[in-house]
Amino acid sequence: MKKEIERFEEKNPMEGFLRMDRIPHIWCPGCGIGTVVNSFANALRKSEIDLDKVAIVSGIGCTGRVAGYVKLDSFHSTHGRAIPFATGLKLANPELKVIVFSGDGDIVGIGGNHFIHAARRNMDLVIICVNNFNYAMTGGQVAATTPILANLSTAPYGNFEYPFNLPYLADACGATYVARWTALHLRRVTMSIQEALQKRGFSFIEVITPCVTIYARRNRLGDGLNLLKYYYENSEIQHGADTRTLGISYQGKITVGKFIDKEKPTFLDCMNEHLAKAIGDKYQKYGVSHD
Amino acid sequence: MKKVKADPKGVLTGAHYLDGDFSIAEGALAAGCRFFAGYPITPSTETAERFAERIPYVGGVFIQMEDEIASIAALIGASWTGKKAMTVTSGPGFSLMMENIGLACMMETPIVIADVQRGGPSTGLPTLTGQQDMMQVRWGSHGDYGIIALSPDSPQECFNLTIQAFNLSEIYRVPTFIMTDECVGHMTEKVVIPPADEIELVERKWYEGPKDKYLPYKPDKDLIPFMVKAGEGYRFHTTGLTHDERGYPAINAEWQNICVSRLVDKIKKNAQKIIKYEEDETDNAEVIVVSYGITSRVSIKAVQEARKKGIKVGTLRLITVWPFPEDRIRELAKKIKAFVVPEINYGQIVYEVERCAAGQAPAIHIPHCGGWVHNPDDIYKVIKEAAK
Repeated sequence: MKKEIERFEEKNPMEGFLRMDRIPHIWCPGCGIGTVVNSFANALRKSEIDLDKVAIVSGIGCTGRVAGYVKLDSFHSTHGRAIPFATGLKLANPELKVIVFSGDGDIVGIGGNHFIHAARRNMDLVIICVNNFNYAMTGGQVAATTPILANLSTAPYGNFEYPFNLPYLADACGATYVARWTALHLRRVTMSIQEALQKRGFSFIEVITPCVTIYARRNRLGDGLNLLKYYYENSEIQHGADTRTLGISYQGKITVGKFIDKEKPTFLDCMNEHLAKAIGDKYQKYGVSHD
Repeated sequence: MKKVKADPKGVLTGAHYLDGDFSIAEGALAAGCRFFAGYPITPSTETAERFAERIPYVGGVFIQMEDEIASIAALIGASWTGKKAMTVTSGPGFSLMMENIGLACMMETPIVIADVQRGGPSTGLPTLTGQQDMMQVRWGSHGDYGIIALSPDSPQECFNLTIQAFNLSEIYRVPTFIMTDECVGHMTEKVVIPPADEIELVERKWYEGPKDKYLPYKPDKDLIPFMVKAGEGYRFHTTGLTHDERGYPAINAEWQNICVSRLVDKIKKNAQKIIKYEEDETDNAEVIVVSYGITSRVSIKAVQEARKKGIKVGTLRLITVWPFPEDRIRELAKKIKAFVVPEINYGQIVYEVERCAAGQAPAIHIPHCGGWVHNPDDIYKVIKEAAK
C-alpha cells in the first residue's frame, strides 16, 4: 500500500479570517483590494476583538465583494446602501462592531448622501473605502474620485469634472477619525484600521489602490508595480494635515496620513443622554445593560 | 415557529380615539416592533411621529433617515439582528424603496412597510387619497418574487392588520405591506387595544443546530429557511446576488432556478394559509362587488341601495390583496353575472379579478383617478347595469 507522505502544508496566516471555500477570489492580478483585505484581517487579529461581534457590510462593485470573502457575519447589500444597512445593524444591536467595506463609487458616488449623513450623526461605524479612481466592475467609467485628465470609458477624452477630496468631505461632515493611505502603506493601513476598531464614532479610512486591468491600462500607467512605484515616489506622510489641502491631481502628489482623531459622543450616546434628560426616569435607556 | 404573547410594555391597552396612521404605530409597538427608520412624507408621517413619541417609554430606536432608500436599507440591517423593524411611506417614497424591497425578498428578511397611498403619478396629490400602488407593491422591484400585502379599511383594522403583518413577515421571511390610503390613514375612529396577553405573536423560525452546520438558505419543508441573528457566532453570509444554500453567490441558471422559484413558491404554495377576505351575501348573488380599503366602505351604501331595489348583490372585501384569492374568484365567477370592481385608480386589481374569472363572468371596473372617494351613486349605477 502506498504510504501517504506527510507534507508540510503552507497556510496563509489569514486563513482563519477568510472563507477559504470561496478562494480563488475574483480580483485581477495587481489589484489592491486583496492587500487591503489582508490589512483588515491583520488589524482584526491584532486588535483581539471578539469576531463573533463583528459584522461587515459591503455594497456593489469590485470592493463590494469583500463581504463575501471574510469569515464574519457578512452582508453584500445593494449599490450605495451599505452605510444605511450598517446603520440598521448597529442601532438594532449596539453590541456589534460594524464595518463598511466598499469602493469609492459605492460609498461616495451613488451612496454619497448616506455617507455624509452617517458622518453627521457620528454613527459608530468603521468605513473602509477602497479608492481606485473609477467604476472598475462595470469596465472603467469615470467616478466622483477620478482625477482631472484621467481617461475612462465614459470620459473618453479625459475627465474634466472636479473630483471629491474624500478626507475633506468626511472631516467637514463630522467624522471623528479620518486617514488616507495607499495600498503600498500596508502596515499603516493595518494600524489605522486597528485604531478605528478601538474607537467609537464615525471612522473613515481611504485606501488608494491600483486598478491595473482598467484604470492603469487605459491611461498607459503600466502594471501594479508601476503604480506602487508611483505611490512610493509621490506619497507624502503628513499627519494632521489640513484636509482642505488633500485633493489629488492626475499622477500628482498624494498626501497620506492620519488627519483627524478626536472624541465626540455617538448617535446612540446623544440619543440616550438627551432623552434621559428630556423624559427622566421613565426613559428606557437603549443599548445599555440594565444590570 | 415560536408563538408568544405581546410584551405589555408596548401595548396601550384600552379604548382610544385614533386615526389610522397612529393605529399603525400602536399596532407595531404591540407586535414588538422596536426599530423604526423612516422619512417624512404626507400622508403617512403621523405613524413615524407617533412611534418617535412612544418608543422612548418602551425601549427601542426611532431614527429619521436621510431618505426612503436609507430607511428600508436600515430596516433590513436591523432585522438581521433579530429585531422587528418597520417603516411607513407614501407613493414617491414607496417608489424609492423598490430596489431594496427586492433585496429584502432575496435575503428573505422579515420587515413591515406601510404605504399610506395618495394620488399619483409623481408628486401628484400629497394630501389626497388614492389606491394606485396596488400593482407596484406586487411587481415594483425588478425580478420575480412573492410578497404579502394587506389592506385595512378602518383605524381598528390598521391596528389589527399591522400585528398580522408582523406575524406574516416573521413566518414567511418576506417583506409584508400594509396598503392603506389617505382616507383610512387620516380617519379617526374608536380603536380598542386588547390586553397584551390577548395578542398572539409569532417569531421567525430560529436555527438551533450546530454552528458550523448552519446553511442560511436551506429551506425547511414549508420552503422557509431557518434564520439566525448577527452577532451570535454563525459567521454567515447573505447577498442580493443569486445564491446557493450557503448564501454564497451562484451566478448560473441552475441556482437562479432553485433560488428564485422558491421565493415565489413559498408565498404561492402557502397562499391559502395567508389569504383573508370578508364575504357578505355572496351565496345567491348575481353581482359581486370586489373592493378593498376605503373603497369597500364607500361601496356599502351602493350595495344597500341595490338590495333595496331587489338586486341580488354580494360583496367580497379583500383583506389580503397579495397573494390574491384566485381560487375564490374562480369559484364565484361560475355562479354570477358580473363582478363590479371600484378602485381609486385607473385599473389595477380589476385585472386580477378578470384574470381569475377567466371569461366566466365579466369584471367591470369603476375607475377613479384619486383625490376623493367614489360617489356611491356611481357604484350603484354600475351594479344595476351589471345585474340586467
